[in-house]
Amino acid sequence: MAADLARTARRWEGLILVLLVGVSVWASLGVDGFANGSNVSFLLLDTTEIALMALTMTLVIVAAEIDLSVASTLGLSCAVLGGLWNAGLPIEAIMPICLLVGALCGAFNGLLVTRLGLPSLAVTIGTFALFRGLAYVMLGDQAVADLPPAYTSLATASIGPIPLASVLVAVLAVVAATLLHATGLGRSIVALGSNEEAAYFAGVRVKRIKFWLFVASGVMASLASLVYTFRYASARADNGVGLELAVVAAVLLGGVSIFGGRGTLPGVLMAVLLLGVVRNALILADVANEVLNFVTGLLLVASVLAPNLGAVWRRRTSPQVEGKSVS
Amino acid sequence: MTTRTPWRPTALLAGLVLLTAACGGTTKSDVAQQSSASATAAASSAPAADPNAPLKQGLKIAFLPKQVNNPYFTIADNGGIEAAKEFGGEGKEVGPSDASASSQVSYINTLMQQKQDAIVISANDPNAVVPALKQAMAAGVKVVSYDSDTAPEGRDVFVNQASPEDLGRTEVQLLAEQIGHKGKIAVLSATPNATNQNTWIDFMKDELKKPEYKDMELVKVAYGNDDDQKSFTETQGLLRSYPDLAGIISPTTVGIAAAARYLSDSPSKGKVKLTGLGTPNQLRKFVKDGTIEAFELWNPADLGYLASYAAAALASGQITGAEGEKFKAGKLGEYTIGAKGEVLLGKPTVFNKDNIDKFDF
Repeated sequence: MAADLARTARRWEGLILVLLVGVSVWASLGVDGFANGSNVSFLLLDTTEIALMALTMTLVIVAAEIDLSVASTLGLSCAVLGGLWNAGLPIEAIMPICLLVGALCGAFNGLLVTRLGLPSLAVTIGTFALFRGLAYVMLGDQAVADLPPAYTSLATASIGPIPLASVLVAVLAVVAATLLHATGLGRSIVALGSNEEAAYFAGVRVKRIKFWLFVASGVMASLASLVYTFRYASARADNGVGLELAVVAAVLLGGVSIFGGRGTLPGVLMAVLLLGVVRNALILADVANEVLNFVTGLLLVASVLAPNLGAVWRRRTSPQVEGKSVS
Repeated sequence: MTTRTPWRPTALLAGLVLLTAACGGTTKSDVAQQSSASATAAASSAPAADPNAPLKQGLKIAFLPKQVNNPYFTIADNGGIEAAKEFGGEGKEVGPSDASASSQVSYINTLMQQKQDAIVISANDPNAVVPALKQAMAAGVKVVSYDSDTAPEGRDVFVNQASPEDLGRTEVQLLAEQIGHKGKIAVLSATPNATNQNTWIDFMKDELKKPEYKDMELVKVAYGNDDDQKSFTETQGLLRSYPDLAGIISPTTVGIAAAARYLSDSPSKGKVKLTGLGTPNQLRKFVKDGTIEAFELWNPADLGYLASYAAAALASGQITGAEGEKFKAGKLGEYTIGAKGEVLLGKPTVFNKDNIDKFDF
């Protein structure tokens, strides 16, 4: 059974890779302005915040939890940045404070989930509203834009076509992938995601791991908020509204099971890129925004449906197995 | 199981914060100094304009509204596309379906890739779009803002509907007439960061300071986010919170339509006065059924039309965006660029049951 799932997963990631290469080749040949350095740079830059948050979201979802408050944490962190900047603090001091705010947001989620045993879906829907609300309380309708040019230009700077922000993503991706796929902790995360009770009795410190996953998710959201704020040179309470769905979407499209216990980081990163490439190419090809949303939605529905359809199909074609399970 | 460890990294972070703060760093006042220094340095070398240059043929002009599928922008952008046809260019409308600050940026980048000659943009956030626009301008794309301005360094020319002062003040005057200069009033705006809305609201507040409005009180500015549902429920909320509300000003086409729909079905119909900015087609039935007495707007099709001509004049080298330069805008005649690169379309038009049938937009 496990081997079967692993095979499905590999097949799915293979498919995403084929799609990614296919769409990129199609866009390079058929869409004017796609295959040049500055466009590739924009495209990569546009995916940075989603990619950052998707790294930790992958871990959280593999552990059979979810964090829907990431974009609100990002917003709160932006608001804190804007507020403290207006108060005259140096930006170098504000940035670690922002990361701390993210950590606290994550710890709050983590405590509610692990201490009170509440489902993370419910908890983070609550904190989704709570953190965003807090962001508005902090900064109101202000937009703080007079940020230091040294940092705003750093956020959009690139080495050749590769933005610095993407280098940051790549480094953190390697860290996250190593953690998930090559350490005991990673195996524990997968184990507790596929069967929490069994993992607990096997000695996995379920609650502790979950708590720190939420903290990591919060820190990553505030790191994304720094990239976002400097990139757009605008700190506002409504920064990143709706990004949580883009993040979850990319993670699911990347082949991570929404039920936990299965998924790989390379798959998720390819999915982030695929969504970015599709979006960029369709906009360049003057495809209307509605169609764009429709195409993205279609990809996502397919990503959730495909593994399950496969399972149904296998059951249909091997009736003796079905007979056994019924009797 | 988890309580002991969290404090260690927290303390570490706090230590780092103190360290960096103690070492000093970049603060708001540092940046203010630097930018004022660079502003004085940059104010010289502008290329000369040639007022007699002919409009280039085949200009590609892209309209980037706050959001697509917003009737107001559809009309404005169609006006602009119409103008582009007149001078032998090619116009198109692209844009995000949500009016959020950052979603316009990826469109600016792609328009630059498509080598458009000009981008005509209504900014969702005056600053978030500037880095991308600057890049586009450096690549030779001319930028005209219309409806809602960007920070001045992000565009060549701003085509303004009517002076914000006129709009803000006349809306108060219009409502005051309808409620007999007496009672509580509220504003139903779009998003809290919309540049144009906030400027108008400031002028409304200023107008209300005049003695003739001493019996009028602005009790709340609500935000409907240019979302129909949200504007509808915000209207509902206003009437609940202030049962003695005399009138609402909604300086946004989405807001006023939603508010009118709510009022027309409520017992407050005709009692709570509603005015603001709307399009005649959208509000005709509410004017006829007595929900709305009078409202105002500039002609959005003319706004897009004028912005299109301004973009073409820029791309053809007729103007550079400097004060005092003149250009011709087809059927609208000649315009002069004012201070800070602003061009004014003209005074707003007031629509009521006597004249509304003369307009179709």
